[in-house]
Amino acid sequence: MALITEAARGMIGTSDPPMRVEVTRRDIVKYSVATEQQQEKFLSGDEAPPMFLFGALRPVVPIGALGPDGIPASSLTPDLPLKRFMAGGTKTRYFRPVRPGDVLVATRSLTDLYEKRGSQGDLIFLIYKVDVRTEAGERIAEEVQTRIAR
Amino acid sequence: MVNMYDFQVGMSLPERRHEPSNVSLFLYNAAIWNAHRIHYDESYTTKVEKHPGVVVDGPLQGDWLTQVVLNWIGDGGNIVEFEYSNRRASYLGETLISGGKIEAVRPDEGEVEVSLFVKTEQGDVTAPGRAVVRLHR
Repeated sequence: MALITEAARGMIGTSDPPMRVEVTRRDIVKYSVATEQQQEKFLSGDEAPPMFLFGALRPVVPIGALGPDGIPASSLTPDLPLKRFMAGGTKTRYFRPVRPGDVLVATRSLTDLYEKRGSQGDLIFLIYKVDVRTEAGERIAEEVQTRIAR
Repeated sequence: MVNMYDFQVGMSLPERRHEPSNVSLFLYNAAIWNAHRIHYDESYTTKVEKHPGVVVDGPLQGDWLTQVVLNWIGDGGNIVEFEYSNRRASYLGETLISGGKIEAVRPDEGEVEVSLFVKTEQGDVTAPGRAVVRLHR
């Protein structure tokens, strides 16, 4: 297997511009209802569930910028021979909960690319690191995200 | 207030059944702003991406794993570390079960480590995970 070209590998270490997100109570409530949270602090929007960050930090792009699969072209997605993407998982350290009114600044970097042969064919793993702080610099979370191309 | 000495390695966390629907998947993907068609467009999902049905989001299952911990610990602590992976896709119409058990108790750090799972009714794990909870003292 040599699915990952040198050009793709050359993207390792690159980052998106920092993303600024203003967290509202309504966003937290919507997320909490959609995920069927059971804690009142989440359903009332007083505090965001840990994985709220996963959605809050997704890019919002014009509809015309979405691919035929509905996924936005990401500046941190190298040109790969495998085109179907799935979320692989996350590994996160949380420093404090997110609350309404927080202004978050997230920086996302492509940190690794590797290939594996799975039971149903070849897979390429894309590894990202996301650093989330408040605008004032307080650490909120640090996350390693895995996407799988198949 | 929870007492760390009440926790023992091997103790199970309460399980919960999940029956995602078209409506709940729509709301979840709207809330996280995800337009990937495998979560709502059955024809596209089966014909183009060759899945047997509409795909239940992996990160939604990840959220359920955090809820196993949060609903168990209540206001007694916070998740300070969490990880999960999508071991296999699951599809609309499947009933999924989340749960976990205590793997380690570290009184000096005030931490409890748990392993977590989302599994099918047949027992196949779709999303394994792990979390570290720091207790409020």
